[in-house]
Amino acid sequence: MFDFLDKYDVLGAFWTTVQLTLLSAVGSLVWGTLLAAMRVGPVPLMRGFATAYVNIVRNIPLTVIILFSSLGLNQTLSIHLGAHDFPTINFRLAVLGLIVYTATFVCEAIRAGINTVPVGQAEAARAIGLSFSQVLFLVVLPQAFRAAVGPLTNVLIALTKNTTVAAAIGVAEAAFLMKQMIENEAELLAISAVIALGFVCLTLPTGLILGWVGKKVAVKR
Amino acid sequence: MSSVLYDAQGPRAKRRNVLYTALFVVAFAAVVWWVYQALDDKGQLAWSLWKPFFSGTEAYSTYIWPGLENTLKAAALAMVIALPLGAVLGISRLSDHVWVRVPAAIVVEFFRAIPVLVLMIFGLAIFAQYTDVSSDDRPFYAVVTGLVLYNASVLAEIVRAGILALPKGQSEAAMAIGLRKGQVMRLILLPQSVTAMLPAIVSQLVVIVKDTALGGAVLTFPELLASANTMAGYYGNIIASLTVVAAIYIVINFSLTSFASWLESRLRRRKKSTGVVLGFQDVADIAGTAATGDGVGAGAGPAGLV
Repeated sequence: MFDFLDKYDVLGAFWTTVQLTLLSAVGSLVWGTLLAAMRVGPVPLMRGFATAYVNIVRNIPLTVIILFSSLGLNQTLSIHLGAHDFPTINFRLAVLGLIVYTATFVCEAIRAGINTVPVGQAEAARAIGLSFSQVLFLVVLPQAFRAAVGPLTNVLIALTKNTTVAAAIGVAEAAFLMKQMIENEAELLAISAVIALGFVCLTLPTGLILGWVGKKVAVKR
Repeated sequence: MSSVLYDAQGPRAKRRNVLYTALFVVAFAAVVWWVYQALDDKGQLAWSLWKPFFSGTEAYSTYIWPGLENTLKAAALAMVIALPLGAVLGISRLSDHVWVRVPAAIVVEFFRAIPVLVLMIFGLAIFAQYTDVSSDDRPFYAVVTGLVLYNASVLAEIVRAGILALPKGQSEAAMAIGLRKGQVMRLILLPQSVTAMLPAIVSQLVVIVKDTALGGAVLTFPELLASANTMAGYYGNIIASLTVVAAIYIVINFSLTSFASWLESRLRRRKKSTGVVLGFQDVADIAGTAATGDGVGAGAGPAGLV
């Protein structure tokens, strides 16, 4: 029943999914933290920009963003992101789209984390004469990140599932392979079971391990 | 403007802020200028490409409106089916009987762990192989099936969280006056949790609307994004078309999000109820995973730093 698997590189496809997830996770963590810092900072223009960015990008379907990066950025504006062959270009475009989209959720998760830090912490930090960036990066964010592990884990899991959208621009990840296999093979249920199992294996341990880490590192209040 | 994160600004801080603002403006203007140049180089700002959206109704009546109709139809149908299904699953997970609780938990956790696109592709193949749904209708059925399977399990968690977030005294008092288990759930817990869940349900609608776009891009379901693609082929204006479509999605989803947060703040302020509300962040957390789902609804009330 599972003979057809020999013909396809299932592990390779899931490896692409993992790569998409990890690269986008790092990128969106950096960009999302910057956005969160801008959103709580003292410069009104940056605050406005970050708020507008989050509210706009969060409300666009990821599919539209990814399609735009392929059809708009690459095919119309000839932006190749330093790559020369189609698979690499599409892969990088997908990572770019995932970062742009996921950063808004990272920003919100970190803001929720900042919200768990008691007001006294920031007041005490200001009382000993720390500047805004010192208050934020030395006192508030370290505590906020520990509280944000839970919400950030959820963002990471959502991101893992969202990488399937890259199939829309032909990145050869798990959902793309699934579509290919279904077109060529008859074992519909077996194919679906394999792909579903793959995603369960990716998301469930992530949730369990990081959920445990989150409880471990959370500041007891 | 002040915040607990920084002091009231003196002359030096104000000067520094002006400097940061100026630097930010320069950087932002550079990006805008670069985008403008890139678009202009490829002639993407020509009026003829944008004209269909600003004069005449052809673009709207031929492409955008039918697409939007399909998007909203699929989203509404998925929500209407997923809501009762989710309620049943969510309540089953709270059952006292292991043989009800465990299967419900497995179903919910399984479908939450799988990407909605995979469920849609699966649905499409199932309808092709085992039913005689015509190939024109199949993508619609598949999109709705995928959305229902995924969102019913997310809504199940919302229902469960909404019921668990109610104060224990509610069910204790109900049992004390002699109600049976079913009555406690039906007469006491569900009615109260429904109001608490309303903002979360509206937020979930945003997720559903966004996910319909997957059907257009991968399953050839003729919703808004797919018809925008067709439209872009006709007018030769992919950037303009996608921009307009993105704007439409933003308007729809932003109004839904604003409505949800208005509901949330209104329900929080209300003194009559228990004050338990599931908000936007709770939905984001539920959409993630099982393992970190506790504490949902506990963060009711904005008491923190920002």
